Amino acid sequence: MLVYALRRVLATIPVMAVVALFVFSLLYFAPGDPAAIIAGDQATPEQIAHIRASLGLDRPFLVRFGEWSWHILHGDLGTSIFTNLPVSHMIAQRLEPTFSLMLLTLILSLVVAIPMGVVAAWRQGSWIDRLIMVVAVFGFSTPVFVIGYLLAYVFALQLDWLPVQGYTPIAEGFWPFLQSLILPAVTLGGIYIALIARITRASMLEVLSQDYVRTARAKGLGERAVLFVHALKNAAVPIVTVAGLGVALLIGGAVVTESVFAIPGLGRLTVDAILRRDYPVIQGVVLLFSFVYVLVNLLVDLLYSLFDPRIRY
Amino acid sequence: MLRRDVLKSAAALAASGALAAPAIGRAAEARVLRFVPQSNLPNLDPIWGTQYVVRNAALLVWDTLYGVDSHLQPQPQMCEGHEVSADGLLWRFTLRPGLKFHDDTQVLPRDVIASLQRWMQRDTMGQLIHARLDGMDAPDDRSFRIRLSRPFSKMLFALGKSNAALACIMPERIAKTDGFTQINEYIGSGPMRFRKDEWVPGSKAVFERFEGYLPRPEPASWMAGGKRMYFDRIEWQIIPDGGTASAALQNGEIDWWETPLPDLVPLLRRQRGVQVDVADPLGNIGVFRMNHLWPPFNDERARRAVLMAADQADFMHAVVGDDAQMWKPLPSFFTPGTPLSTTEGGAALQGKRDYAAAKKLLADSGYNGEKVVMLVGTDLSITKGQGDVAADMLGRIGMNVDYVAIDWGSVGARRARKEAPDKGGWNIFLTWLAGADCANPAPYTALRTNGAKAWFGWPDSAPIEQLIADWYDAPDLAAEQQRIAALNRASMEFATFLPTGFFLAYQAWRSNVSGIVKAPFPVFWDVRKS
Repeated sequence: MLVYALRRVLATIPVMAVVALFVFSLLYFAPGDPAAIIAGDQATPEQIAHIRASLGLDRPFLVRFGEWSWHILHGDLGTSIFTNLPVSHMIAQRLEPTFSLMLLTLILSLVVAIPMGVVAAWRQGSWIDRLIMVVAVFGFSTPVFVIGYLLAYVFALQLDWLPVQGYTPIAEGFWPFLQSLILPAVTLGGIYIALIARITRASMLEVLSQDYVRTARAKGLGERAVLFVHALKNAAVPIVTVAGLGVALLIGGAVVTESVFAIPGLGRLTVDAILRRDYPVIQGVVLLFSFVYVLVNLLVDLLYSLFDPRIRY
Repeated sequence: MLRRDVLKSAAALAASGALAAPAIGRAAEARVLRFVPQSNLPNLDPIWGTQYVVRNAALLVWDTLYGVDSHLQPQPQMCEGHEVSADGLLWRFTLRPGLKFHDDTQVLPRDVIASLQRWMQRDTMGQLIHARLDGMDAPDDRSFRIRLSRPFSKMLFALGKSNAALACIMPERIAKTDGFTQINEYIGSGPMRFRKDEWVPGSKAVFERFEGYLPRPEPASWMAGGKRMYFDRIEWQIIPDGGTASAALQNGEIDWWETPLPDLVPLLRRQRGVQVDVADPLGNIGVFRMNHLWPPFNDERARRAVLMAADQADFMHAVVGDDAQMWKPLPSFFTPGTPLSTTEGGAALQGKRDYAAAKKLLADSGYNGEKVVMLVGTDLSITKGQGDVAADMLGRIGMNVDYVAIDWGSVGARRARKEAPDKGGWNIFLTWLAGADCANPAPYTALRTNGAKAWFGWPDSAPIEQLIADWYDAPDLAAEQQRIAALNRASMEFATFLPTGFFLAYQAWRSNVSGIVKAPFPVFWDVRKS
């Protein structure tokens, strides 16, 4: 398995190279001009051209791509056109909020969604099953920003239990940190909970009809043991797959959630960079997200063998 | 001592602590101002980045030699005073004693000279001074001289204007950076230091009180007078979503919001503990910009047809909604309520709109249903609203409009292209200008008609350029007003662009914050929090 894992890690290099080329080309050919934004609305075309030249944006595609790739190979993501700060520094500033939000969302979602799916399957066709599926459909179809506003209105403005916006780093205390992330995590978790609950239900329904589940019941095992020890473990592979694929949903959702709750994370950094055409930042963040996604998929593959010993690499 | 005495003492101590702690907390809280700016602070170089948000932050960190007051008159700020020779060619300025930069070094004339040289590379008025500059020197440690080849009567205004690029004074070693290259050290002599170590672009910018700042003795008035700071820290919190900023203000998580959305103002007005008022009395002017290089707007008649058809009320309703106090018609290119405002020649924008006459004038210009490319930044409500009204208006006079819905960043890039509209160029784009930039011709790039060197649209009219030059040479206010009236008339006849109206914007703050004034930029000095 170690060899497999190593091979997969090495395989990320060409993937990242393709991503890099794609992102660079996309930004090169996309409309927009950071020089025009820097110069301000009253700037003359002459001034804009001067800024463009000073930033090196007037050079040919291959020269710019070659230079950027060379720096990337040396671990240098470049410097932001607007802030003049290293892109790696800007990303580092944003890592903690985004990964904290994603981790909390992931934990919250799994803790809530898996029991929901199991119970729905166990009580298939009952009012509990229907209720859970209604909640899942609601979570899947309600836009993140709507849930965010509603939660902020109730829990921050009306009840005054939690802050409307902002992020408190964990270094400033665990409870303030948690307080700042509860609403964003619930907001972002809505769609993820719905997704995992539905796939857990479907997967559990298939497993619960298997002979070995009937055998487990016949030998007198309690219903909890049947559901969570025998059935759930066997239903885990599709759940893990969907949970892994859902990380892309989390990344996309984080962009909106971070904007709604003013969390200084990577999602907002990406949006700001796109709106300003801050090419080095966009390229850096997209490369990072791609890398994380590739790693998550690798982790999912490795987890398969944990849940199903028949799978060997 | 009995055990119960100990317990009593402990209880009393605990109670006093419990009561005292919030008082200390409140006092500390009152020394921190949490402010939501109009947009993210992407950089902090007042020469390199000319966005308004950069200008606003720069006003905290850097000081200027002169500063305009609320009457748009330049007053001494870092300067103690000046003398000008009878022929207007030699200006001698004296710095106030005791001026210090944030790195505790003294402000010297050589810092001023280097700063002005950098500023002259980028600023329109700075370039005018540079074009007639014979030299600058420092006869001693407190004074410097500017020698000109031709007089420049707007010298003090140029040094103290509130429009970007500000003539900010920075240490010589930083000011020697090329004007087109961004600086890395943000050291000024203004009332607040910038905490670069706490800066998270897109989220937070922190300013800390500079103990070494010496405010002038006069009362503060915009950029002039004593800039007395009552906060130890000013935290700029970037909240991109208007709904979230509104909720944060209601919840007391922020103290002052620079630009509340017009839609949310009625809600904020109903909240206890929140106050709302006009932000900038000089407001904004909507702009419908036409490309003078290509048909149909290379013909004056087509541009005038647009002015004949434009109903400013429609444009302004689309921008600010139904709040009648927030806009007014503007038969002028100049900001109403300012010393040079005029409506001379503005008849084309007044009275009932005559679509039939506009249609005829358009036909006379040779327009025959060709596609007209209109760039609309749909991610900004002001440009989107104006774009929708413009499309309807142009349709009424028979124009075949190609409504190009793109984001503002793309408009910014495409409007710089001079190619034909069907080959990646354009005919029309919509934007707006701050009223402070339209109070006189000096910072008013959009009014210039110097052809290839002009602002986007590249209008070309030597007579109008001459009228602008005449204004620079006006000896007094009466002469200035006379020349501006002539300029406005000529610009209306030439239809340099269509001003779509004058509109105001709001600001909102918590009721425990006092001292907030109306100005073209957020004025932090003299603001207090209880």
